[in-house]
Amino acid sequence: MNDPGNKVAHLSETDDISNRRADFPALQQQVNDHPLVYLDSAASSQQPAVVIDTVADYQRHDHANVHRGVHTLSHRATEAYEGARDDIVTFINASNRHEVIFTSGTTEAVNLVAQSFCRPRLAPGDKILLTQLEHHSNIVPWQLVCEQTGAELLVAPIDDSGQVDIDELMRQLHSGVKMLALAHVSNALGSINPVKSVVEKAHSLDIPVLLDGAQATPHMAVDVQDINCDFYAFSGHKMFGPTGTGVLYGKENLLETMPPYQGGGDMILEVAFDKTVYNDLPYKFEAGTPNISGMIGLGAAVRYLQAIGMERVAAYEHRLLEYMTRQLAAVDGIRLIGTADSKASVQSFLLDDIHPHDLGTILDHQGVAIRTGHHCAMPVMEYFGIPGTARASLGLYNSEDDIDRLVAALATARKLFA
Amino acid sequence: MQAETQTQDELRDLYRDLILDHARNPRNFGKLDDATDSAEGINPLCGDKLKMYFQVDADNQITNAKFEGSGCAISVASASLLTETVVGMSTQDALDYFSAIVALLNGGSATSEAKIDLGRLTALRGVREFPSRVKCATLAWQALNSAIQKESTPASTE
Repeated sequence: MNDPGNKVAHLSETDDISNRRADFPALQQQVNDHPLVYLDSAASSQQPAVVIDTVADYQRHDHANVHRGVHTLSHRATEAYEGARDDIVTFINASNRHEVIFTSGTTEAVNLVAQSFCRPRLAPGDKILLTQLEHHSNIVPWQLVCEQTGAELLVAPIDDSGQVDIDELMRQLHSGVKMLALAHVSNALGSINPVKSVVEKAHSLDIPVLLDGAQATPHMAVDVQDINCDFYAFSGHKMFGPTGTGVLYGKENLLETMPPYQGGGDMILEVAFDKTVYNDLPYKFEAGTPNISGMIGLGAAVRYLQAIGMERVAAYEHRLLEYMTRQLAAVDGIRLIGTADSKASVQSFLLDDIHPHDLGTILDHQGVAIRTGHHCAMPVMEYFGIPGTARASLGLYNSEDDIDRLVAALATARKLFA
Repeated sequence: MQAETQTQDELRDLYRDLILDHARNPRNFGKLDDATDSAEGINPLCGDKLKMYFQVDADNQITNAKFEGSGCAISVASASLLTETVVGMSTQDALDYFSAIVALLNGGSATSEAKIDLGRLTALRGVREFPSRVKCATLAWQALNSAIQKESTPASTE
């Protein structure tokens, strides 16, 4: 399941899902007098009408606080909110709903694990292993817990294709390592890590593994039981849901051992000044009134994706990424950054000596939205010795036409800077 | 194709020949070893990072200016033009230019522009149509302001 390439052969042309653009209201507009081409889904994806409408319907008709009231609206809100949890259990194939904790995003999920799981277990000199590919949100939470405990970071290197050096990572996995945290898919380069084999190796040494799945869940089927990771973090707004939503999947036996991350309402069963009894999973980690409408929206996004089928999404995007890579590689003066064999969604590049920021402006003026800069992955940029890249990233709503528009816009940029 | 021509004309208004020339061949680029005043300018949005150096004499005249760093065409060209503009000025005149430039690029009123003849610096005017790039054009000037006012933290556009 981590190699969408294998799926392509089994899928026929009827699996083309290119008509999905019509589902997304934001994509039906002109930007700077050109039809919008949105190639920035790795930063945040657009939302289909069904998500927008689900959130609006909830706000109009069903809003109340969850898990509290006996009245009808509170019951409806709770049903919808907990229904979203069930949707996500199915989506990632968690073994039960206790393992799906709602968070504000990947960032909070990683911080939760760093503080609640790792902090009590770390001693001075212990190691946490990351990779050079990581997004800042999978670096800084670990740096903080290192500062608090005296533990130290180890960093597995990448190679010139932007792939993690897996042999070296395996060598760095030793008994001093108390946690391995790595991206399932790199946000800056699109490289897919062979997470299943990495988890297997780490587990053979009793090292727990957290995967940052923010760039994986929108693009491929994810089965946390098959991968067998201990924690899996992802964000709603990169998979067609609202911002401020995210999920931490954790194995129940580990979550049971962890103290609450934040204190407040909803995470307790009983409060007295001499003793508070914490609520059961997953509520122990969900203090305070949650992002009810956001999570209901994420539930709708998950159902939308399930109806299409993640394997079809992966196969379609795989073909599209191959097309994009081919078309970009043919552009005079281009340098592709990130050419790993196994990739999803993303192509970073530089064009001649044009600064990525200038490129971003020139493309935007032609209606083409890309991301420019360091993509919150400064160590990756440092490896390549560049201040940043231009990055085109795909979602299921993109088409070959979008890529042709990107290539044409790059030609205009070259002409302008000739 | 009329729309395409219009698009290219608008982009050409931002990336004028003078801007592209200074971006490609920045003047006074490098470190000024005997600088009396210096400051960094950082634009965290796009990673532009410039260091501006000035030599100011006892009469508060700027006698030399250089810069180093990396950034987009707009920020580098703006820094290059700055170094050519302020040498020979009093620090107060340079600060007045700073205010006029910031006003011009943020769509300031005609009166504030009229007070000072910005000369070639008006080539940066095209930035006004590209709000996300105004900070790139003002970055070097923010750093000049910090250097002359002796602020200890780097000028940031955020």
